[in-house]
Amino acid sequence: MVQEIVAHPLSKYLREEMMPHIWCAGCGNGIVLNCFVHALDELKADLDKLVVVSGIGCIGRTAGYTNTASFHTTHGRSIAFATGVKLANPELDVVIVSGDGDLFAIGGNHFIHAARRNIGIKVICANNFNYGMTGGQLGPTTPLEALTTTSPYGNSEHPFNLVHLAAAAGASYVARWTTLHVRRLTQSIKRLMQKEGFCFIEVVSPCPEIFGRRNKMRSGLEMMGWFRKASVVENFSDPAKADITPDRIVVGEFVDIEKMSYEKLFHEKIAQINEKTMEKMS
Amino acid sequence: MSAKRSLLTGAHFLNGDFACAEGAIAAGCRFFAGYPITPATEIAEHLSERMPEFGGIYIQMEDEIASMAAIIGASYAGLKSMTATSGPGFSLMQENIGLAVMTETPCVVVDIMRGGPSTGQPTLPGQQDVMQAKWGSHGDYEIIALAPCSVQEMFSLTVEAFNLSEIYRVPVLLLGDEIVAHMYEKVVIPPPDKLRIVNRKKPHVPSKDYQPFMPEEDFVPPMATFGEGYRFHATGLTHDEHGYPKTQSSEVQTRLVRRLCDKIRKNVDKIVKVEEILTEDADVIVVSYGIVARSALSAVRKARAVGIKAGFLRPITLWPFPEKHVAKAAAQAKAIVVPEMNCGQLVREVERAAKNTPVAFLSKLGEDPHTPAEIFEAIRRGI
Ligand SMILES: Cc1ncc(C[n+]2csc(CCOP(=O)(O)OP(=O)(O)O)c2C)c(N)n1
Ligand code: SF4
Ligand SMILES: [Mg+2]
Repeated sequence: MVQEIVAHPLSKYLREEMMPHIWCAGCGNGIVLNCFVHALDELKADLDKLVVVSGIGCIGRTAGYTNTASFHTTHGRSIAFATGVKLANPELDVVIVSGDGDLFAIGGNHFIHAARRNIGIKVICANNFNYGMTGGQLGPTTPLEALTTTSPYGNSEHPFNLVHLAAAAGASYVARWTTLHVRRLTQSIKRLMQKEGFCFIEVVSPCPEIFGRRNKMRSGLEMMGWFRKASVVENFSDPAKADITPDRIVVGEFVDIEKMSYEKLFHEKIAQINEKTMEKMS
Repeated sequence: MSAKRSLLTGAHFLNGDFACAEGAIAAGCRFFAGYPITPATEIAEHLSERMPEFGGIYIQMEDEIASMAAIIGASYAGLKSMTATSGPGFSLMQENIGLAVMTETPCVVVDIMRGGPSTGQPTLPGQQDVMQAKWGSHGDYEIIALAPCSVQEMFSLTVEAFNLSEIYRVPVLLLGDEIVAHMYEKVVIPPPDKLRIVNRKKPHVPSKDYQPFMPEEDFVPPMATFGEGYRFHATGLTHDEHGYPKTQSSEVQTRLVRRLCDKIRKNVDKIVKVEEILTEDADVIVVSYGIVARSALSAVRKARAVGIKAGFLRPITLWPFPEKHVAKAAAQAKAIVVPEMNCGQLVREVERAAKNTPVAFLSKLGEDPHTPAEIFEAIRRGI
């Protein structure tokens, strides 16, 4: 019997030799990756110009799964690494896909400074409210009272509102979606890829296996149920008022402004200096 | 800002930090990321002016962790890259120095040693980071560290550091000290065509056949650059020749870590550099590096002048340690003297290499380096 094997239409974006991936059933990370490669496909992105960077964590494996030049840094340092890449070759599209712990706890300082500089790095954060990879400890986005392996009596730390943080730090583009908003997230990633300057998307993402299980949402479906019930689309609303609570997850685009990127400003300066040099030499 | 887009070929009166910065430019470094710290700040300041003149990048990062990460990124994007710091910043860089080792990233890290531990003595010299240079990041690895003893060497060894990092795809450390960094001396900068500049090996196969961590005979894999069509992966995790994580395989871990060590160990004779003066017939040999070596040589000459057969051996590469040279010199000497501005670091390596020859350690902390008279006294006690 002849068997026809049909390749997946998006397989050229993925490293099939790295499959199966490490993610649990019901995990949102696959949706984030899926939306990312769909956005690349719709944009007809030049994969040879693309560098995907991740830090450490479950979502941090993304860099290894995309069929592009890719780099898996130390925990928290993807933005600092990417800063070197982008400045060294501004022609490259440098995209970071990483986690809430990686980007906002250990790597938080790099995040705010990259946003402040407005360097043209594109950051997609899968916010699953905890440290999935190390077994579910509290992190900087863990909601108050949530149970994690290191907040067994309920979390007493106030979480970051990531979109507010990114906007305040100077990002050119800021959006938040959940893994339920597949189409809007894909469109948003396309916008992020095309914009100049520092761009950030928070994707609220289910970690049923570790976070959900301890917080009365045992399956990916139950977590998605929460996202469906709680999310409200409010484009260009005040990110300061977009705290995530059990009843309300404000999603949408929050910031989309035009601002010269750091690499442009710096390379323009270099060009001016070179002109002066030429004048002197002639 | 003055535009002088050329090397400062000729003789100059410079300080060590300045000479180091010029060495970086001469070596082809076009990316510097750093964070200000005494006594290395002048390297950053000077490069913030000079880099743009060469179309290069200067960026002041938010800390030294970021600086180290950024130079790894820039190196993968194709630029020769460097950072410069001192003890506290060097400590912060250690995790990513390990990342550079694991991902075989050519880059240069300058550590201008001051007194430690902790914030210690920001404005005074030290040699207290020697063991940290070798063992500072976790895990097993080999690294290259060079110790300049003059402003001239702050220039020439910076060039050499870049060459070695490009050849072996390893971070190379330049371990200066506050005195060589801040003192002014005559420096001769050769014309560009008289400088030996080495660039990393590039892959000679198309992307589909490229295995980013497949070594050649010298244990070093050719390195592709981001954006040139090679879609390869690099990770700090234990990885196979494709760059893919294989964290559960003892075979892959053994093969990888042994190769990372072997590319230095098996090439040690090509890497190691020492300066030996009057060691052939010496009864007492002073093994000394960095600024202290200046006093040591002066003491050796003084001893010779009064009829004592003294010799001078200066490791220029601290790592890999010039074990064979020290062992050979020790075999025919009656005693070895090791002056260091710490509580005993390189002396441990000297003792290991010297085997049965007694080693006298001269420790000095907290102020000026040893005087020639102090070292001369130790030589006299040695015979
Ligand atoms: C310096 C350092 N500290 C701690 C760890 C352990 N570690 C690995 S992943 C991780 C947290 C990841 O959380 P997040 O970024 O939210 O990703 P997730 O696993 O949730 O996708 C930690 C703490 C590490 N690898 N390196
Ligand atoms: S632990 Fe959580 S985040 Fe990690 S793969 Fe499983 S479900 Fe996803
Ligand atoms: Mg997480």
